[in-house]
Amino acid sequence: MIAIIDYGAGNLTSVARALEHIGVTCKITDKYEEILSSERIIFPGVGAAGKAMEVIRHRKLDRAIREVVAQKKPFLGICMGAQIILGESEENDTTCLNIIPGIARRFPDGDIKIPHMGWNDISVVRSHPVLEGLDGRTQFYFVHSYYPAPERKEDIIATTNYGISFASIIGRDNVIATQFHLEKSGRHGLKILKNFCDWDGRV
Amino acid sequence: MLSKRIIICLDVREGKTTKGIKFKGNIDIGDPVAMAEEYYRQGVDELVFYDITASSDKRDIIIDVVEGVAKNIFIPFSVGGGIRSLDDMHRVLAAGAEKISINTAAVQDPDLIYRGAMTFGSQCIVLGMDAKKVDKTPALPSGYEIYINGGRTPVGIDAVEWAKKARDLGAGEICLNSIDADGTNAGYELTLTSLISEAVSIPVIASGGAGTPEHLRDVFRASDADAALIASMVHYQHYTIPQIKEYLSNEGIPVREFI
Repeated sequence: MIAIIDYGAGNLTSVARALEHIGVTCKITDKYEEILSSERIIFPGVGAAGKAMEVIRHRKLDRAIREVVAQKKPFLGICMGAQIILGESEENDTTCLNIIPGIARRFPDGDIKIPHMGWNDISVVRSHPVLEGLDGRTQFYFVHSYYPAPERKEDIIATTNYGISFASIIGRDNVIATQFHLEKSGRHGLKILKNFCDWDGRV
Repeated sequence: MLSKRIIICLDVREGKTTKGIKFKGNIDIGDPVAMAEEYYRQGVDELVFYDITASSDKRDIIIDVVEGVAKNIFIPFSVGGGIRSLDDMHRVLAAGAEKISINTAAVQDPDLIYRGAMTFGSQCIVLGMDAKKVDKTPALPSGYEIYINGGRTPVGIDAVEWAKKARDLGAGEICLNSIDADGTNAGYELTLTSLISEAVSIPVIASGGAGTPEHLRDVFRASDADAALIASMVHYQHYTIPQIKEYLSNEGIPVREFI
């Protein structure tokens, strides 16, 4: 069973539908026991970091997330999930979970439009089991105004260019997180979701 | 590199598309879910469902359509038409839509943009704008006026001013329809699209007038539009998505992978 962590964000059902489509059973939950007893965990999300962390703390999901990560269960963050696992976010000056040290930074104002919205390429800088078997041009659907900036270069799995080059996939040990929306990125997104569902959490 | 998005618009009335067509293999004519699946397979980047159901007691049908689409296609799609409240937005988003589009309701109650953005995030809120060329006046300095009620009623608001106001209120994107170009198949309104896409820093979707792939190239070259909305040119099978993308790619416009 896969637990999709419920912190009140709007698009949890989209992730659940994508999993259903690839034949994987999941449960949207905010219950500590259900999260702890699941085999792997997905933290999806859209919205603002401040609000997300507020709900996470209020529902005591921070403890559940830390414990499953410590147990080495495969953990996937999507969009907001790639930001709240960092140490902090510039969005609402939020202290986050610090599972991967770093900051979620806002795109600099200038020539680019914010949010970064649409299909963009990724360049894989470090191979990873969840990225296996992707063919053709790897473009994914992004919608975000903040991007992950991990402290350690080794935590960057893939990068994307949008005015600047930023980390579009980050990961360490059993934790992997994509800034783009796997559930809205067509066949490539479904392929990564499927790979995650088959991943043992080891790199 | 960020690709220019090709977005197909499907007008839906009481659960059926109004430009029903027959795909190869005799997929149900006028079934929006089947059409969405076909376009998804062809490699469209995004879809818009516009609910033109007139009677309010049949409004719920669109929710069934949204659920059917969400089960089978995994690209973003938005829903517009008849959305007037946070409750309406919530129902459509919960059924699986990525974004909602508001037009007349936003003009009548601009704060709806703000409330929607605060509740669901700016990325969910698309401002649909119908604009028509008029004489420049002090009240309409851009020479483009906003219309509501499906382009029938002028409201005396300047298009550029409205776009900026909507951005300030939290709209995440603008779908800009030219009333003059709409239905002509003669190309997008390039001046209007440039004006709006350069006036705001949020993504702008050009809409109205697309008849050939050249029209998409022209609007992407002439303006800062991030996406182009198309309808009849694919519904009537004059072109497929791969044909349009191949053309644009050869013309140097960045597009997402196609079959």
